[in-house]
Amino acid sequence: MSSATALSWFARHELRLAWREWFAMMTGGRRTRARAAVIGLLFFAALLHVPAWAVIGRFADLQLPLDKSSLIVITATIFLAWTLMLSQAIESVTRVFYARADLDLIMSSPARLANLFSVRIAAIAVTVTAMALLFSTPFIDVLVIGGGPRWLAAFGVVVAMGLSAAAIAIAVTILLFRLIGPARTRLVAQILAAIIGAGFVIALQVAAIMSYGTLSRFTILTSGSMAAHAPEIDSIWWWPARATMGDNEALLLLLALALVLLGSVMAIFSGRFADTAIDAAAYGRSGRSSAKQRAFRGGSRQQALRRKEFSLLWRDPWLISQTLMQLLYLVPPALLLWRNFAESSAALTLITPVIVMAAGQLAGGLAWLTISGEDAPDLVATAPLMPSSVIRAKIEVVLIAIAAIFCPLVGALAFASPFQAAVSAGAIIVSAVSATAIQLWFRVQARRSQFRRRQTSSRLATFAEAFSSIGWAASAALLLALPLAGLISGLITAGLVAITWKFSPKRD
Amino acid sequence: MRFTAPKHLQVKVAGDAKPDGMAVMKPDNSALEVRGLTKRFDRLAVDSLDLTIHAGEFYALVGPNGAGKTTTLRMVAGLLRPDAGAVSIFGVDALQNPVAAKQVMAWVSDEPMIYDKLTPLEYLEFVAGLWGIAPSISEPVAEELLSSLGLEPHRHERCEGFSKGMRQKVALAGALVHDPRLIILDEPLTGLDAVSARHVKGLLGERVRAGCTVIMTTHILEVAERMADRIGVIASGRLVAEGTLTELRQQNGHADTSLEDLFIALVTLQEAA
Repeated sequence: MSSATALSWFARHELRLAWREWFAMMTGGRRTRARAAVIGLLFFAALLHVPAWAVIGRFADLQLPLDKSSLIVITATIFLAWTLMLSQAIESVTRVFYARADLDLIMSSPARLANLFSVRIAAIAVTVTAMALLFSTPFIDVLVIGGGPRWLAAFGVVVAMGLSAAAIAIAVTILLFRLIGPARTRLVAQILAAIIGAGFVIALQVAAIMSYGTLSRFTILTSGSMAAHAPEIDSIWWWPARATMGDNEALLLLLALALVLLGSVMAIFSGRFADTAIDAAAYGRSGRSSAKQRAFRGGSRQQALRRKEFSLLWRDPWLISQTLMQLLYLVPPALLLWRNFAESSAALTLITPVIVMAAGQLAGGLAWLTISGEDAPDLVATAPLMPSSVIRAKIEVVLIAIAAIFCPLVGALAFASPFQAAVSAGAIIVSAVSATAIQLWFRVQARRSQFRRRQTSSRLATFAEAFSSIGWAASAALLLALPLAGLISGLITAGLVAITWKFSPKRD
Repeated sequence: MRFTAPKHLQVKVAGDAKPDGMAVMKPDNSALEVRGLTKRFDRLAVDSLDLTIHAGEFYALVGPNGAGKTTTLRMVAGLLRPDAGAVSIFGVDALQNPVAAKQVMAWVSDEPMIYDKLTPLEYLEFVAGLWGIAPSISEPVAEELLSSLGLEPHRHERCEGFSKGMRQKVALAGALVHDPRLIILDEPLTGLDAVSARHVKGLLGERVRAGCTVIMTTHILEVAERMADRIGVIASGRLVAEGTLTELRQQNGHADTSLEDLFIALVTLQEAA
């Protein structure tokens, strides 16, 4: 087999694996669900056009040339999408490195490894780009329908962004390996992904709060001072914005730049990819030492379970990065709280839905990890405890963790507005309990490392958990502004949770 | 290195231990009694199985793939609910009073399930806590178990980097740290190297000599032949033969037949029936 044939064969193999993994995620691993998955996906895609229309429908008529403020807003939006892609790409690359999978087979084959890993790098880039295209399509559709086919160029911009994000993610991850070693890279890369994903929005919000006392990031983007400091209209910084609006020259340059960047990364790093993957796999074998030695602790059986769960949560790299991201999202409202501490402000009300939503989301993740993500189910099942005691101990861990994270914020809020603090505390509890209950009703035995796939086990549970968090957040906000509307919203959300319970699998 | 359970953990049971390790059976003192145990998945996995295992006995359950060995033991351990039948552990109805039954029992599966992010010592501390063992008792036992299984240098390392054999040893230590009276093992030697396998066999032998009852499934017939007091052959969810090696030979009419030949003859006979 010639080198070119071998490469195309390996590329087909990679694409087939990627397709099957994606298909399994969509169908929850059941082939019989294929039709339902396709219909669901099409319905979801169609549904996404509604918020897309609401968000960017009004920009469809924009024409070149644009003023600086419009260029800043469009460029910032593109940059925001790019940071999210970069965040996802870093997460994907880290996963590829740490999953041993077919590494032994590839390394033991007589094929040229640099070539094979070039294909693997390209496959990562294609995957990241395909995901970006999937999520951006409704937005671009809205612009094409409202403003004409010139907006089709935006697809090209998304491709360029996806390829460049993947290239930078690979370079960053391999450099991290070289700088801090495989033991720390997984955690640092996940934290980096979280910070990059949330950082840009948060930075804009923080700037808006500090300058204008509002959470709206557009305030800072459309401000006169921003326009004054921005580059000139013909600067290369505006290429992405111009390319999005149909400037073919800018589009071709962007695509060329992205391809050159990816090609350079493949040329520089494909040789090191193998070494990095081997180091990552070898890391799993060396193990990490726990520095401190302490005596066994006593207490009840439930205490032993709670201690174990806390230890595992504390050592979970995914959880640390996710919690960090949740906490990062809490920075702007906390800042707003601090700025409005001495005065009564309507902006203060915005804090409540943000923290209620964050509590629900975090509780859902924690509940899955503690209840479903049990790595030694046989051990716990053969222990002399009633199953109800085990579940109770695990739920307690979730609620204690939520309380530890959100109590300080609610405490600070109590100084500014005791009533709002009370409403927020109540909504946090209800939101966390609802998310935990949904995870409990739909629990399936899984390994903690399968956390990424938790959404595929039950679509109903995933949507119910999201809608419950959003519902309780909205109810709390409305309760502060329009109490009657808040009550109605709360009843609707409670009804939604009850319906979810009704549809949950029956258990002995 | 041989492991001997500390005196305060050694279980006093009726069967006296012989110097050669063979316990004297007392038929009226059963560690496990299974009556009419039945489980159906797509097909009948366990078919009205009756089984009696005496206290202090080392019992090996052998059978071809899919014969119902693991399903039977999982039902005994309380991991699977039977469709019909009764399970009694040291006189305790395990279906009616599972907590009391589990208190004296330990389960080790062929796929060691431990926590990657805990160290072996932390794992043993957790298991001892689950069984309600006081730290003053469990801690020295844990240290001794890790030492006897050759895991002492790794006791402060997280298990995520351990090989399958090391993980199996940690799981086994977890099963022994609360000093069970009945140990149920499903293919415990899978993935262990020769030295580790010898360690584990020695450790189980010591436990049996100390009065503990061990039930083990295995595909390694030589292990059953050498270690077990009695052997049960299971096929198609039914117990097709049971007894000491001598008794099995007598039943089959060949005095010098190996267990492997006996096993193949019995299973072939059952499949033909």
